[in-house]
Amino acid sequence: MSEPKHAVGIDLGTTHCAVASVEIAKSDRDTLALSGLGIPQVVAPGEVETRPLLPSFLYLPHPSELPPAALTLPWPGHPTDLVVGEAARALGTKVGLRLVSSAKSWLCQGSIDRRAPLLPLHTAEDVQKLSPLAATVEYLNHMRNAWDHAHPDAPLSQQLLSIGVPASFDPAARELTAEAARLAGLDQAVLIEEPQAALYSWLGVSAASWREQVKVGDVILVVDVGGGTSDFSLINVRERDGDLELERIAVGEHILLGGDNMDLALAFFLKGELEANGQKLDNAQLATLTQAARAAKERLLNLPDEQAAPVVLPGRGSKLVGGALKTELKRSDLERVLLEGFFPIVDAAARPASRPRGALTQLGLPYAQDPAITRHLAAFLGRQAGALGDSQQSFVRPTAVLFNGGVFKSELLRERIRGVLDAWLAGAGAEPVRVLPGADLEAAVARGAAYYGWVRSGNGIRIRGGTAMAYYVGIESAMPAVPGLPPQLTALCIAPFGMEEGTSAAMPPAEFGLVVGEPVRFHFFGSSTRREDAAGTVLEHWSDSELTELQDIEVTLAADQQRPGDVVSVQLQAAVTEVGTLQLAAVNIASGLRWKVELDTRDSATG
Amino acid sequence: MPMQEPGFFTRFMLAFALFFRVLFDATFAGRALALRAGSDSEVDHDVPQPAPVPPPAPPQLHEAPAEAALQLLGLLQREGRLMDFLQEDMSAYTDAQVGAAARVVHDQCKRALDSHLSLERIRNEEEGTRVSVPKGFSPSEIRLLGNVSGEPPFNGALTHAGWRVARIELPKLSDGHDVHIIAPAEVEL
Repeated sequence: MSEPKHAVGIDLGTTHCAVASVEIAKSDRDTLALSGLGIPQVVAPGEVETRPLLPSFLYLPHPSELPPAALTLPWPGHPTDLVVGEAARALGTKVGLRLVSSAKSWLCQGSIDRRAPLLPLHTAEDVQKLSPLAATVEYLNHMRNAWDHAHPDAPLSQQLLSIGVPASFDPAARELTAEAARLAGLDQAVLIEEPQAALYSWLGVSAASWREQVKVGDVILVVDVGGGTSDFSLINVRERDGDLELERIAVGEHILLGGDNMDLALAFFLKGELEANGQKLDNAQLATLTQAARAAKERLLNLPDEQAAPVVLPGRGSKLVGGALKTELKRSDLERVLLEGFFPIVDAAARPASRPRGALTQLGLPYAQDPAITRHLAAFLGRQAGALGDSQQSFVRPTAVLFNGGVFKSELLRERIRGVLDAWLAGAGAEPVRVLPGADLEAAVARGAAYYGWVRSGNGIRIRGGTAMAYYVGIESAMPAVPGLPPQLTALCIAPFGMEEGTSAAMPPAEFGLVVGEPVRFHFFGSSTRREDAAGTVLEHWSDSELTELQDIEVTLAADQQRPGDVVSVQLQAAVTEVGTLQLAAVNIASGLRWKVELDTRDSATG
Repeated sequence: MPMQEPGFFTRFMLAFALFFRVLFDATFAGRALALRAGSDSEVDHDVPQPAPVPPPAPPQLHEAPAEAALQLLGLLQREGRLMDFLQEDMSAYTDAQVGAAARVVHDQCKRALDSHLSLERIRNEEEGTRVSVPKGFSPSEIRLLGNVSGEPPFNGALTHAGWRVARIELPKLSDGHDVHIIAPAEVEL
């Protein structure tokens, strides 16, 4: 591999992807040669355009659906049986059963086999389905080709590369993202948490002045609401050897809730309005309603003096005026649906409610049951009350906030979050938060990821942090079973909180007798709050809020080195790779043999 | 063996030299006259013909290529349903109905235009203000209206600030793509 010329960042978003890069030779402490990559893509059959974003949609056309060469791209070897990007999104609005969307949300669903072809979920028999993993590989392949086309002398496989993942992605989803990169020929890729990338982007934009904008003791809350997920992180500003140091101290739970849900909620509201007026929507108009709702929302958010925005659904067929349906979105309704639905004013002790799923659920993805982002935020800050080592407080108190995600282009929503935070802080006798200025809401993840690559090569300041969870395996107790009760489970810590990339945990002394040739499953838990447990700590009791059960892990002792049926004694050891993924191994001390423990297993009960 | 045809520059120099020779050398002029008289019937086409008098230039008009125009129409139809709007019989509808639909067409066509071309004004002054048009102004950029007489600089009121496309970037087309199809017929199965 020749010397990398660029540090490249990829934002692999739920609804959009983006690529940015730092040109290493032209960057130093004071100037950062940071630029976004235009991504050529089919925008309509037979038409190719270069755009800053690649919509994360994939369309599987019927063999006779499109004219020949309609999917031609500027580079050789492009797929002819599928298309990604704008054309996929547009074709999919009319033929939904051939559209793959939200692959990223499926990538973190432990309840499904993410390597199995299951997308599109509801489709026709003759559609060749794809796995969430394969769809992710297609997006990465497209971006790799776009990069190589623009930089024939510096192929992406030879550059420094960082790919953003939600901070709340579990170890299996991280591993699958890394695997997708390997399958796209990008073996060198490392992962970066998206809220951290947003902060890196802010550091890059602020250059040297960031040191004046924060001070020792600051706790920066990153609120990242993307198209499909909401992600929170806390970053603490500390002093070390006379210089400022940034440490990511906590990340939130995975919340499958984003800007798309907001547009969908508005669309459902408007559908009700139209039907109340006796106007009937056909399927195509329903599809354009979300788009019209989004346009009306943006209009009202951008024009604070207007009290209503017209919503017109043009008629189908070529009768545009004749078949048009018309209503309007009133500001009071927008505020009710958006602000009160997703950003209600709640107090710091509020917690998300679990209730029957409403209109937000679409096609089987387990969207967050409570759409109120402010309640999720309150729960996050409450759960992390001890993150700074002070257990007297009922919630951790941020001193600064950094917004990320296109949703926050609206000042109304930024102000709502800030107002809610300030009310909580005032109630606890603390100062209001400062909003860190200059955030680049839509491009920050790709740019910050690129900047992170440059930082990793020895420039600028690095955010410390390591893993944001401690990990445990469940062990069934050897006590005699009590009739009617499940066997008592204890949790053995195998990976402590805050493991840095490229390190291994100490091996807990507990030994397991595993039968060669038979797959063995372990219950697997994560905790975002138990910061002190060392590898080997055994928990007898814990509360539901302390430990979250993750997908089971599985190991099979291959029969090639041992006789099937033999019992081999192993210990479990955890490591965090340079890529940023968790790796578990079963080790037999006597022989030195190691077996990989699979994080991504299918739940045999439901799968 | 066919005679080699000289290039443009050579022909230009030759015509230049022959012009003076014909003008000042009567004998040469006589030979040239004979050659010219016989050229249509006797002279082989491969023989270069001296052109002592340049023929009057033909009118300079050319066909504008239709491909980009059709592509732009297709784009405005796809994004903003412009063709449907223009082709629909408006007489059957009320102003409110037309207005509602026009909003959609306007909104989306503008968005489509903005993302494919950069428009700028030719004059940055407010319409209605007095402006001065200097000597040597470009008549394709500025049209004079009303009492057009006298010599520049002209002083007058700016009635329209003009539009100029500073940049246009249309999608690239794949080979075999038929731009005449502005909107395909749709059949729902």
